[in-house]
Amino acid sequence: MDIYSEIILDHYKNPRNKGSVKNATATAIEHNPLCGDKIKIELLLDKSNRIKTIKFSGSGCAISQAAASMLLETLTGKTLNEIEKIKSREIIKMLNIPISPAREKCALLGLYAVKKAVELAAKPRNSKKRSK
Amino acid sequence: MLDPNKIKKQFPIFKREINNHSLVYLDSASTSQKPQAVINSLVNYYKNTNANIHRSIYKLSEEATSAYENVRSQTAKFINAKSSREIIFTRNATESINMVAQTWGKLNIKPNDEIIVSILEHHSNLVPWQQLCKEKNAKLKIIPLTKNYSIDLKNYKKLLSKKTKLVAITGESNVLGTRPPLKEIIKLAHGKNAITIVDGAQMVAHSHVDVQDLDCDFFAFSSHKMLGPTGVGILYGKENLFKKMPPFLFGGDMIKTVSKYDAQWNDIPWKFEAGTPNIADVIAFGEALNFLTRTGLKNINEHNKKLLKYAIEEFSKYKEVKLFYAKDSAQSSTSILSFSIKNIHPHDIAQIFDTEGVEIRSGHHCCEPLMDYLKVPALARISFYLYNTFEDIDLAEKALKKTLKIFK
Repeated sequence: MDIYSEIILDHYKNPRNKGSVKNATATAIEHNPLCGDKIKIELLLDKSNRIKTIKFSGSGCAISQAAASMLLETLTGKTLNEIEKIKSREIIKMLNIPISPAREKCALLGLYAVKKAVELAAKPRNSKKRSK
Repeated sequence: MLDPNKIKKQFPIFKREINNHSLVYLDSASTSQKPQAVINSLVNYYKNTNANIHRSIYKLSEEATSAYENVRSQTAKFINAKSSREIIFTRNATESINMVAQTWGKLNIKPNDEIIVSILEHHSNLVPWQQLCKEKNAKLKIIPLTKNYSIDLKNYKKLLSKKTKLVAITGESNVLGTRPPLKEIIKLAHGKNAITIVDGAQMVAHSHVDVQDLDCDFFAFSSHKMLGPTGVGILYGKENLFKKMPPFLFGGDMIKTVSKYDAQWNDIPWKFEAGTPNIADVIAFGEALNFLTRTGLKNINEHNKKLLKYAIEEFSKYKEVKLFYAKDSAQSSTSILSFSIKNIHPHDIAQIFDTEGVEIRSGHHCCEPLMDYLKVPALARISFYLYNTFEDIDLAEKALKKTLKIFK
C-alpha cells in the first residue's frame, strides 16, 4: 500500500477548511520540531457549544497537512466532548496508509492542535460555570 | 584515486536491501557506515581483551589499557596535536563542546563578555554558548553569511572586540558544506586575546586537520562520522588550557587521591575522564583512523568533490529543485548538497527516496537558526563519502523523478 495515496495527495494539494476564522473561540498551534511542521487551528463554537467553523493553517509535509484537512472535515457540528474523545488510532485508520513510527507525529499533528484548541475553548466555559 | 566499489565491499551494511533495492546511503554527514575492520575490533575486544582499564595489574587489564591509550596517541597524531595529553575522550562532539562551556566557560566568561558564533552552527555549537551567556550575563554575537553562503569575514571583523572572549566556529557546515577560513578566523580572534573552539565533527571525516597549524585552542569531533563507532567523542585542547580547567565530572579514575572530605585531581587528560570510559568503542575508533589513513583523506576528499559536482549537474536540471550549497571556491562545499523541491516537504522527499532504497536526510538538520536565515522550514540533504559511487547519484536522481511524478 502506498503512503501517498490519491486521497492523501488530493487533500494535500486541495486542503479543505484551510484558512482562518473570524472571532475564533479558541486558537492553538502545534509544532513538530523534527520536521518544522506547524499547524494552527482556529475554531468557533455555536450557541449550543458545537463546532460552527473550524479551520487550519500552517505548513508541513503531505501527511500532516492531509491529515489535518481530513480530520477537520469531520468536526463541524461536533461537541467539545466528542472531539476530546477522538483517539490517535482513529486518525491512523482514517488516513488508511502505512504510517511508520517516524511519521506518526506528522499524522497526528492536526489532532494534537485540535485537542489543544478544544481544551482552550472548554476552559472559559468551565470557569464561567464555576463563577456562577 | 579511490575505487568506491572496492571500498563498498569492506562495509557489510551494503549487503542489505531497503524496500527491495540495494542500499544507497547518502547520509554520511549524519553518521558514516562502519567497515568490517571496525566491527571486528569491537567483537575482538569483547571476545579476547575485555577488562577495565587504568586499575588492575593483571594481563587483560594491561592489554585493554594499552590498546585504549594507544588510540589516544593515534588520535593526537591524526590531528597533529603536540601530545596525547591534549586528547580527551567523551561521548560525542556535543559533549566535547559542553565540556569546554561547563569548565573553561564557567571559569572565564564574565558579565558583558562576548562570545561569537556563526549562523552556520549546529545546535551543538550554539545552545551551550547561548546557555552560558544567559548564565553569565554575557552576549552572544552571530556572524552572518554572504549571498553565496560563505562566512562574512568583514562582518566577523566588526563583531570582534576587546570584549570577545571566545569564538566558536564550525569547520564545515552540515547543511551548506561551507568551510570557513579557520586559520584567519582563529588568528583574528587571538589578536583580541580570545579563545577559539572549532566544531570539527563534519570536516574531520575527509579533511586533513592540523591543530597546531590552525592554532585553535579547542577542537571537538566524534568518531561516528569518520567510520568509527557511536559513543566516542574527542576533545582536543591546548595543554596549558586543560591544566587550568576544573574537572567536568567527578568520580573514579579522575582522581589522584581521595580523603574523607576532599580529593585531588588526576593529571590531564584523565582528570576529564571520570568513570569507566567507552573502552571498546575507543579501541575500534583506532581501526577507523587506520582505515582513513590507509585510504588517504586527500583521496577521499577528491572523490567526494567529484560526486558533488556530478550531483549538482544532475539535480540542477530540474527547475522545481533549488540547491543550497556553499559556492565560493575558498569556502566551497566538498561533500554536502542540500535541496528543496517546490511544494514538496523534505520529509515527503526523503520518504519517497526511501522507497527506492536511497537514504537521505530531511528536516532542520539541528540548525534551526540557519533554516530561518535561509527562509526554509526544512531541507533535504544528500552527502557523500568514500563508499559512494556515481551510480548512487543516478539512483538518487531516479528517486527525484519519482518524487516529482507523485506530486505533480
